Amino acid sequence: MPGNFITTSFEAMLGWGRKYSLFHYPFITACCGMEYMSAACAHFDIDRFGAGWTRFSPRQADLILVVGTVTQKLAPVLRTVYDQMAEPKWVIAVGACAVSGGIYDNYAVVQGIDQIIPVDIFVPGCPPRPEMILEGLLALQGKIQKEGHDWRWKKKKTS
Amino acid sequence: MPDQSPPTRFAAAARPESLLINMGPSHPAMHGTIRIMLELDGERILNSEVEVGYLHRGFEKTCEARTWFNLLIYTDRLNYVSPLINNLGYAMTMEKMLGLAVPERAQVIRALMSEVSRVSDHLTCLAAMAMECGAFTAFLYTMKAREFLWDVIEQTSGARMTTSYIRIGGVRADLHPDYAAHVAKALVETRKVLKDVHGLLDKNKIFLNRTRDVAVMSQEDAIAYGWTGPCLRSTGVRYDVRKAQPYLVYDRVAFDVPLGERGDNFDRYMVRMLEMEQSLRIIEQCVALLPKAAPGLMADGMPPAEAISEARRQKSGRPIRLSPNLEGSEKAVYKDILAADGGAVIPPKEETYTSIEGLITHFKFFMKGHGIRPPKGEVYFAVEGGNGELGFYIVSDGSDRPYRLHLRGPCFHIVSALESLIKGRLIADVIPTFGSMNMIGGELDR
Repeated sequence: MPGNFITTSFEAMLGWGRKYSLFHYPFITACCGMEYMSAACAHFDIDRFGAGWTRFSPRQADLILVVGTVTQKLAPVLRTVYDQMAEPKWVIAVGACAVSGGIYDNYAVVQGIDQIIPVDIFVPGCPPRPEMILEGLLALQGKIQKEGHDWRWKKKKTS
Repeated sequence: MPDQSPPTRFAAAARPESLLINMGPSHPAMHGTIRIMLELDGERILNSEVEVGYLHRGFEKTCEARTWFNLLIYTDRLNYVSPLINNLGYAMTMEKMLGLAVPERAQVIRALMSEVSRVSDHLTCLAAMAMECGAFTAFLYTMKAREFLWDVIEQTSGARMTTSYIRIGGVRADLHPDYAAHVAKALVETRKVLKDVHGLLDKNKIFLNRTRDVAVMSQEDAIAYGWTGPCLRSTGVRYDVRKAQPYLVYDRVAFDVPLGERGDNFDRYMVRMLEMEQSLRIIEQCVALLPKAAPGLMADGMPPAEAISEARRQKSGRPIRLSPNLEGSEKAVYKDILAADGGAVIPPKEETYTSIEGLITHFKFFMKGHGIRPPKGEVYFAVEGGNGELGFYIVSDGSDRPYRLHLRGPCFHIVSALESLIKGRLIADVIPTFGSMNMIGGELDR
């Protein structure tokens, strides 16, 4: 028998395909955006991991990177953007402010975006180094690979 | 869910036949933190309203609850593209209030670091502006140069952006022993990139069409709006805080103040490009100006844990090696990098580790109600930030924290002119106009 075929499960193949073709929407608000810019550019090159394609329309994005502080005023905007994204969708919270409010424990700042939208990966740091943003992406890819994919594209039960 | 809220003042005032469009805050060119409501006739902007405040993090109010020393970290996050200049502005305001004399070497290091930050600030602004106009290559090149500049900062301060490196009374640590090689490399790389960007954009038809004679600002209007920095200089007004009220060593280094002629988007781009070359010149001169410092690294000293346990038993005269994250802030280099006033700077770690007096001084520095205690009064001081005059206005009631701290963020004044600049222009002109202003949310909304 010629050796030019492989066997795999459908789920594994779907996960493999999805994790290496993430279109991300960078929801950039503050300081961490500078490190995100570094991560996206030539030195750190997020494209190596199949997530180089930035989509500024939530309709075309699989992954939303919430980079920076989300204030009470911005919170409804973030929720709207998340709701506009099509399933399947994932969220990475980048930076201390997005994770927990960070050093801004005051009236203006949302204490963690998990109060607004479900978060898959938290990347701490103030700001996290580009390597950490990439590590967060790799962690998400691992999660996507292991996830049970509903290939009939039903809505997720959690949302 | 349909929007149930009543129409805004802006919407109510609009003509019934015109189209209302909302740009931002989640728009790639609005940097995530600004909203522009536009009243359109076709593609022409009849009226607009800029809404700020999406990144209001309560900086000024938060500072009132932090001690003088601790609130330094919040200044890092104001103009987060050039954090060291914010540190500098706050530290120098406090020094003016306390009457501290900063050692020569610390002043040169500060000037060096603020020029490195200024270049990275301008690079980022131009990167964003070029990318939003479709010039993605220029974006990638300028980001590359920024990495080399941040290497210089990282090597000395240990952090890439939010460094808190410039402290009240001086700087946190001496420059890394190998800094000169990194600075030289960064200069070479940045000059290469500037040359490339000049080649890519200066005579680029698309770029010129979108920037030349678009959003022209007159000198009078610029001054009336309170513009400062590269944006003001693009209109031809010769005002640079480094020249008008020289601080640090700026009166001893040679540099020009590039001016624009027309005050349009292209001039704002060009002034930034030329200013970077001047900043690189200043960096070179600062490296030459740098006075010699005492060698700080005690490679053969005993590690901190050993020093602490030995100090419990007897007084030891042996040198101590500090942990790697404190490199450059040894007691031996203190006199070169920090002011001599013991009440305003952290006591050397060697003393904290080995003597009870040192430990008490350390505790008292950080204890509530102690630490830095400036006299009653108010003070204003401004430095030339990436966007212009970055001023701190501080009121002290003599306690361990500010009574009031106000930041004069330069881009607040610049963005306030956006509405008048885009009035009557096409909707596509909003992008390069806004991009050339270098709006930084942390500084604008504070």
